[in-house]
Amino acid sequence: MARTREQLAERAAKELQDGFYVNLGIGIPTLVANYIPEGMTVTLQSENGMLGMGPFPYEGEEDPDLINAGKQTITEIPESSYFSSSESFAMIRGGHINLSILGAMEVAQNGDIANWMIPGKLVKGMGGAMDLVAGVKRVVVVMDHANKHGQSKVLKACTLPLTGTGVVSRIITDLAVFDVKPDGSGLELIELADGVSLDEVAAKTEADYTVAPGVG
Amino acid sequence: MSKIYADVTSALEGFTFDGMTVMSGGFGLCGIPENLIAGLKASGVKGLTVISNNAGVDGFGLGQLLETRQIAKMISSYVGENKEFERQYLAGELQLEFNPQGTLAERIRAGGAGIPAFFTATGVGTLVAEGKEVREFNGRNYVMETGLVADLSIVKAWKADERGNLVFRKTARNFNPMMATAGKVTLVEVEEIVPVGSIDPDHIHTPGVYVDRLIQTVSEKRIEQRTVRQKESA
Repeated sequence: MARTREQLAERAAKELQDGFYVNLGIGIPTLVANYIPEGMTVTLQSENGMLGMGPFPYEGEEDPDLINAGKQTITEIPESSYFSSSESFAMIRGGHINLSILGAMEVAQNGDIANWMIPGKLVKGMGGAMDLVAGVKRVVVVMDHANKHGQSKVLKACTLPLTGTGVVSRIITDLAVFDVKPDGSGLELIELADGVSLDEVAAKTEADYTVAPGVG
Repeated sequence: MSKIYADVTSALEGFTFDGMTVMSGGFGLCGIPENLIAGLKASGVKGLTVISNNAGVDGFGLGQLLETRQIAKMISSYVGENKEFERQYLAGELQLEFNPQGTLAERIRAGGAGIPAFFTATGVGTLVAEGKEVREFNGRNYVMETGLVADLSIVKAWKADERGNLVFRKTARNFNPMMATAGKVTLVEVEEIVPVGSIDPDHIHTPGVYVDRLIQTVSEKRIEQRTVRQKESA
């Protein structure tokens, strides 16, 4: 059985470690905040200028001066701090954020990622995605294994314009989890989703990969 | 010499000309100088190059200047929420330069700090690095990006004292502090102007040296995505 959006977020939350400063992308990555383990201190960064993001406000308590990078109203928590956009990206570019979890249109076996434009379609802009993938210490992609046409999004090489080159460390899909090997030798399949077989992953993956011992 | 002006019109007086470059603060609709944007609309100035992270929404923020075709070019990181923008861009009526958000922020910071260019790993190997110098430092490639300055910066702060020392509020700070430094002239709208000495000098975010003119305004402060949670029932 392929993982649902909620199950993908729950699996991605296993990437969190106590004390981490983390930037979560829009979509499924945002849901990861709902699965931070009890007792673990994880500080969420919002690239529009906040560390220590709280939950959505109660109705009637929305503050137009307090939003996240998705422009949603949020709240502050006791450890929160605010800063400018240049300070925000200084901490991203300078490698001070431990982990970025974000979505993608395509990921390649060398760690390349494409998630900002489709030629011929209207381009909305890359926002902070290029800065995040280039600057954050560890980049984990959470996405569906295949696009809506059923084609693999885990590829030998990206076909869409890139967001960053050789930056992704791990790919979590609804079917499997792959590590991008740090020596540049490609992907290693390290987990299967419950009820998913090696054969199914093989049939639905365009990229080359090895299978870690004990998987399948 | 007082920096305080009575209204938007007098604050903009003498600082607008066709073809000028304007930096406009804000992230989405949060912390935008909405009254000064409306003032630019009323001034009729045209052919503007606008440097702003986003392009407002239809009919509000920079969306107002798009409706009146006063903007010729935008330099932004994300322009998703604006149908009129899409229409003008697809029709070839509007030029657009996308910058990664952090690169845009740093280009403005650098411009205001007198730094003509810097190197960043952001965008190496992508379309944004095309035609730009790439240089290796300590075994990694970096692309050269240039500093940005503007003829005019319009900024929104929460509070100012009479000398233009500024305090921002929560995430409405965003691009405003850097833009205040990077305009040849910087106009600031605030919700409250307080007497000199009533803001603790340690709590000032932007020193008044960057601020040329100041107006007190009332802001609508529109919310783009109203998200709430339910109160747990007892």
